[in-house]
Amino acid sequence: MPFEVSDLAEMDAPEKEYLWTLNFGPQHPATHTTLRLILTLDGETVINALPHIGYLHSGFEKLGEHLDFNQYVTIVDRMNYISPLANEISWHHAVEKLLGIEITPRCKYLRTILAELMRLHDHLLNVGTTGLDLGAFTAFLYAFYQREKIYDIVESASGQRFHTSYTRVGGVMFDVNNAWVDKIRDFLKGFMPVHAEVHRLLTRNRIFIDRLKGVGYLSGEDCINMGVTGPLARASGVLRDLRKDEPYLAYPDLDFKIVAAKDGDCYARYLVRMQEMLESVKIIEQCLDNIPEGPVNIDAQTHIVPPAKPSVYRSIEGLIQHFEVMMPNRGYETPREEIYAATESPNGELGYYIVGDGSPRSYRARTRPPSYIHFAVFPQIIKGHQLSDVVAVLGSLNIIAAELDR
Amino acid sequence: MAMKDKPDNIFMTTLDAAASWARSNSLWPMPFATACCGIELMATASSRFDLARFGAEVMRFSPRQCDLMIVAGRVVMKMLPVLQRIWLQMPEPKWCISMGACACTGGVFDTYAVVQGVDRFIPVDLYVPGCPPRPEQLMAGIIALQDKIRHGGTLNGTEFAKRDQSNGPTPYDSDELIRIREANEKLISLN
Amino acid sequence: MSTAEALKAKFPEDELVFSEFRDNHRVAVPAAKLMPILSMLKSECGFDMLAELTAVDYLEYEGATDRFGVVYVLLNNTSGERLILKTFVNDPNPSLPSVYSLWKSADWLEREVYDMFGITFAGHPDLRRILMPDEFTAFPLRKDYPLKGRGERHNFPIVTRADS
Ligand code: SF4
Repeated sequence: MPFEVSDLAEMDAPEKEYLWTLNFGPQHPATHTTLRLILTLDGETVINALPHIGYLHSGFEKLGEHLDFNQYVTIVDRMNYISPLANEISWHHAVEKLLGIEITPRCKYLRTILAELMRLHDHLLNVGTTGLDLGAFTAFLYAFYQREKIYDIVESASGQRFHTSYTRVGGVMFDVNNAWVDKIRDFLKGFMPVHAEVHRLLTRNRIFIDRLKGVGYLSGEDCINMGVTGPLARASGVLRDLRKDEPYLAYPDLDFKIVAAKDGDCYARYLVRMQEMLESVKIIEQCLDNIPEGPVNIDAQTHIVPPAKPSVYRSIEGLIQHFEVMMPNRGYETPREEIYAATESPNGELGYYIVGDGSPRSYRARTRPPSYIHFAVFPQIIKGHQLSDVVAVLGSLNIIAAELDR
Repeated sequence: MAMKDKPDNIFMTTLDAAASWARSNSLWPMPFATACCGIELMATASSRFDLARFGAEVMRFSPRQCDLMIVAGRVVMKMLPVLQRIWLQMPEPKWCISMGACACTGGVFDTYAVVQGVDRFIPVDLYVPGCPPRPEQLMAGIIALQDKIRHGGTLNGTEFAKRDQSNGPTPYDSDELIRIREANEKLISLN
Repeated sequence: MSTAEALKAKFPEDELVFSEFRDNHRVAVPAAKLMPILSMLKSECGFDMLAELTAVDYLEYEGATDRFGVVYVLLNNTSGERLILKTFVNDPNPSLPSVYSLWKSADWLEREVYDMFGITFAGHPDLRRILMPDEFTAFPLRKDYPLKGRGERHNFPIVTRADS
């Protein structure tokens, strides 16, 4: 008997009985951390996805109201833990803008190098785990070995391999030396062949392309309307990069390109990330060649940075100055003003909205977390794809749970 | 196991030693990785550090197949029920490592949402301090746990049944809770 | 015509307070006029992206007259211009119209502000708690909520070794 029209209408009714509800997470290997999705499935096709977040909400912003500008850097570190230094640089960028501090040229270059190293750090992990989730383990191991080398570089600058807490208001904790610069040069030499190797392993791999191409499409208009920034937006053809549009640090002096693609799918995002790594390498090389000599911190007379150690140990003025900067109830005057400042973190626009109330502590320290805004896009772009694509799309969005939930 | 019904005064030392030796060398970790420590856990398992050298590389994300839970990262209010449920789902014998300052004590996050140490709510066998612990340190922790299993383990897990008290600090010092409540009430009445 | 002039021309009788700090251009608007101003900014001045939406609790801020400030950071993707728009709401029942109809990114951002400050957004499609558990009753980022909470974090059953 042929179908009646009423049967068809029945099948299209929203509450069809054969729909499945699947709980995905919060403890699931492909989410890497703690995300939870409630998926509605029709067979293998995802009809609806409902994200539940907050499984790692630990009160970062509340802590920011109780710690001073230098102490809070240890907390912002832990926000995007794939690229900790990028957060620190962004946080102190905002603080320095609030206080009206112009950092020294050497510090600018140093921070630029570190920011770009963190971009490599982040994209390496993302590319590696995208492969891992789709079953390509080798690329992950290659990528992680390069990450270990970046850990070494960061460790020799700051003393900690993971959560460095390296930047300070008006400078950094310690200066670096030429041996450090040579170390980065060595790393870059070894990095290029590995990057090419990963390209050979993944980029034209039939399975990899089939799993990523055409999956998770996001149009340029949607990107803008939903606030998406960073590699995701650039993969959809939105040409926006704060390094060019609102230059900060040493970026105005450097020669580099914005990488973008038109397709807007997972494969395009992967390609954008791969290509951005090459641009980062170019930036780092230019910085290494031109890194200026001179002090790395601003003048201690401003009473914002502590004076050099010898003067603290040998003179009473130095000691008093150190005391004034360090004691929680002394500190420096801050303007009673509010500011929004953003930098281009590996994941997108990472901004801080700081309200100063005159004390060396922010009255409100709000983060604009790219992951939070990107994850809101997920339900829209997964609709109509297969269950197995959930993993691929999550990987390409690069959601970091601690930044998502704060 | 039929062994379960044996009276308490029968000891089987040789069997115990053999079973513990076998268990200690084939730990299957269940990575309960929530935050930054999870990335160090990944680093421990991947190139350069390679946890496989210690017979503990088979990371299984299903609690049913694991006997070592590694809690890596902070556990917050919304996550704790999940953690307890996963712990209850794991088959005996099982052990738990709390990795990182946050899982041990709450670490830098002494805030409203973060549980101040998972040992207040689930049993923990070994603490690995650090924020995050270096991979070497986690490996040292796993080796120490293997030692512990080898020396204290029994065939049918009688050593577990004895631990019917929580071994962490009391989940809350009940006076503290009362003090907090009183202070809050005072605040509310003031406003 | 700059954005400030366009705004002044369109809403001459309203109190728009313009200010500048470093490179931030800011404008404070009355809450009643929020929707018309935002839709005009979107349709006529090309602010096609809502980059950020957050709130500030001014309970302990010296000299503040209103309880909550809600901040909208708008971005014009063509010219790269940013505008920081601010409005104030007060207890009891702080409420604002939702801008979800203009920018979809407002969805989760408004939910977060609701979760953390208890400011409701009329017209939001799905205003629930997003970060805190559903059964949570307080609003943690308000200034009268203590940093260490009110003991909620201790409120769980204990699993011991013998019963697992
Ligand atoms: S101990 Fe440190 S590294 Fe580990 S989860 Fe806590 S903050 Fe992150």
